[in-house]
Amino acid sequence: MNSTIGPPSSALRVTNAFKIFGRKPQEALKALKDGKSRKDVAALGTAAVIDASFEVKPGEIFVVMGLSGSGKSTLIRMLNGLLPMTSGSVHVGDTDISKISGKRLRQVRQKSVSMVFQHFALLPHRTVLENAAYALEIQGVDKKKRTAQATKMLETVGLTGWGDKYPGQLSGGMQQRVGLARALCSETDILLMDEAFSALDPLIRRDMQEQLASLQADLGKTIIFITHDLNEAMFLGDRIAVMRDGEIVQIGTPDEILTNPANEYVASFVRDVDRTRVLTAGSVMENPRAVVSINGGARAALLTMREQQTSGSFVIDRNRNFRGIVTDREVMALIDRGDSDLTEILTRADDAVSSETALNDLFGRSVESNTPLPVVDEKGRLVGAVARATLLAALGNVPSTTDAIQIVEPGQSAGNNDGSQQPAIFAPDPSGEKGGLL
Amino acid sequence: MANDLFRIPVGKWAESGLDWVIENLGAFFDGVKAFFSQFYAGLDWVLTTPPFWAVIVVLAALAFWLKGWKLALGSTIGFLVIYGMNQWENAMHTLALVLVASMVAVIISVPLGIAAAKSSAVSRVVKPVMDFLQTMPAFVYLIPALLLLGVGPVPGIVATIIFALAPGARFTELGIRSVDSEVVEAGQAFGASPMRILRQIQIPLAMPTIMAGINQIIMLSLSMVVIAGMVGGGGLGGAVYAALTGLNTPLGVESGLSVVILAIFLDRVTASLSKVKQHSAA
Repeated sequence: MNSTIGPPSSALRVTNAFKIFGRKPQEALKALKDGKSRKDVAALGTAAVIDASFEVKPGEIFVVMGLSGSGKSTLIRMLNGLLPMTSGSVHVGDTDISKISGKRLRQVRQKSVSMVFQHFALLPHRTVLENAAYALEIQGVDKKKRTAQATKMLETVGLTGWGDKYPGQLSGGMQQRVGLARALCSETDILLMDEAFSALDPLIRRDMQEQLASLQADLGKTIIFITHDLNEAMFLGDRIAVMRDGEIVQIGTPDEILTNPANEYVASFVRDVDRTRVLTAGSVMENPRAVVSINGGARAALLTMREQQTSGSFVIDRNRNFRGIVTDREVMALIDRGDSDLTEILTRADDAVSSETALNDLFGRSVESNTPLPVVDEKGRLVGAVARATLLAALGNVPSTTDAIQIVEPGQSAGNNDGSQQPAIFAPDPSGEKGGLL
Repeated sequence: MANDLFRIPVGKWAESGLDWVIENLGAFFDGVKAFFSQFYAGLDWVLTTPPFWAVIVVLAALAFWLKGWKLALGSTIGFLVIYGMNQWENAMHTLALVLVASMVAVIISVPLGIAAAKSSAVSRVVKPVMDFLQTMPAFVYLIPALLLLGVGPVPGIVATIIFALAPGARFTELGIRSVDSEVVEAGQAFGASPMRILRQIQIPLAMPTIMAGINQIIMLSLSMVVIAGMVGGGGLGGAVYAALTGLNTPLGVESGLSVVILAIFLDRVTASLSKVKQHSAA
């Protein structure tokens, strides 16, 4: 959100863009700038996009989401000059495309911005290969080279061997892969996708979303994705702009939009989102309470569990790496045997989940486990815990930040307990400290 | 007959206009006449010089290539019937007239249709003109054509062209305007120039509709060419006209039947053109 100012840091920058259709766009523009609403100027023209400003960072998937009629399709067509804007500017790199036209605009489209369309927009009289190579053909690349490039891109999108077919012989999902290959072939840094998956069946759509996400990870394109599907927006978007009646009402990460909607409209929108796909373990986890060091020995572990009133505890080593879980019963047995080395009774060392894991994937494990799920960072260090109650609270959009959730049945699960200790025993930030017990 | 209240002398104006044209643009129309008579004579020579069976073989081959063996067989039988009715020469004259008129009409009307599709201003002008040309009784065209170009096949050809222009322009405009706008946008979005979009996207996708328009041009030409027989156009039209004036039933039936056979052949062949090159988009 707080991208720095200046052309080099943004792949695309939109500043105070307006688009008004109708007979008197300039008058309507003036009225809008004077604070009149969209309804007020309806007689002068249809204000499709009102004062849109945002920046898209290189390599980002920026999703514009809104219902039909919210102006998102108009907005995306202003980004490559398919629709001239009434007022404002769009910078692609350093070029202000609101100020150029004709040949120079076509050059920007060839070199910098390509597009994928809702209904694929393939040329039905050309083969799949020729379609994929179309952008290169316009750029004047010779046939041999563009055929090689298009063949490679068809391979990338999983259409090897379909090059000789015609679009009409392909299913919708496959046709959109051709559309994607065509756009990728032009090797532009920016990819505009106008409801690219909306015309596809749900299962295929899901498939394409995953493929797009992985393609983007490989190729590092800057993608501006238009959709009316909030789940799609949440799944794909690094950041999301929510549009309503021509205005952008909120820009933020999926998490921010979900947990902190800017207004009632956005809130009502996100009400039916599938939170489990958006929220990650990292975003709902809490500080682990019962943590013992593997070097601390059995008696220290028992003390910790008693103080926390739990029947189990996470075990970490000196580097805060998660090593496993011990339970009170086994620690007792260990002490009875006159032993003290916790390594002997460690269990479920593989149970840790990554902080990137979607909540969706936590339910199964949470049910099977009678302790909170340990959450680790990419280095394997314990950074948090997700109790069953935390998981349920996150679904209900109860603020999942801290405490407040002491609904663990005593004895059943070693959840976090009352806050007699200061909560940040184990702050999630990797500032070093020794792995002592709380 | 005479009007007491008021009389607008539109006819007189038209006549004096025409007089002016004859006086000042005579040289131009001499050129037009020379061009069309050469064109017609050349095509006519090609169709009438070889033995009839050779022409039939060529036409049947064309039918086979465009549609299949059924149409090839049907047209062979049809042309043999024409020959058997002793109308072969006339039919070939008429075919030559139709082809000349249609070609010129296509060359004029298709670009006109494209211009109308591209610009609403052009469209607003072209539409009423086309309405005028198509609804004016066909005979009326023959008067200025006769005055300007004299008797013979040429006035018939020119009147035919004017009469047949409208569907070509209309269908072309319709075809290009109804090309999926998203596909046109795709061309724009990848940086294609307007000419390139026209050539590679709009015209190919509008082709079936444009071909339907060309089919209409040819059918209108055939009907007009028969009328043009009255001004010495020759061919089947001349035979029909002669049969009418002489109340000659046998000639009337035979020449009329030949027109029908020719019409069916031309229609089936050109209709199949509009279906060629479509890839199982269904």
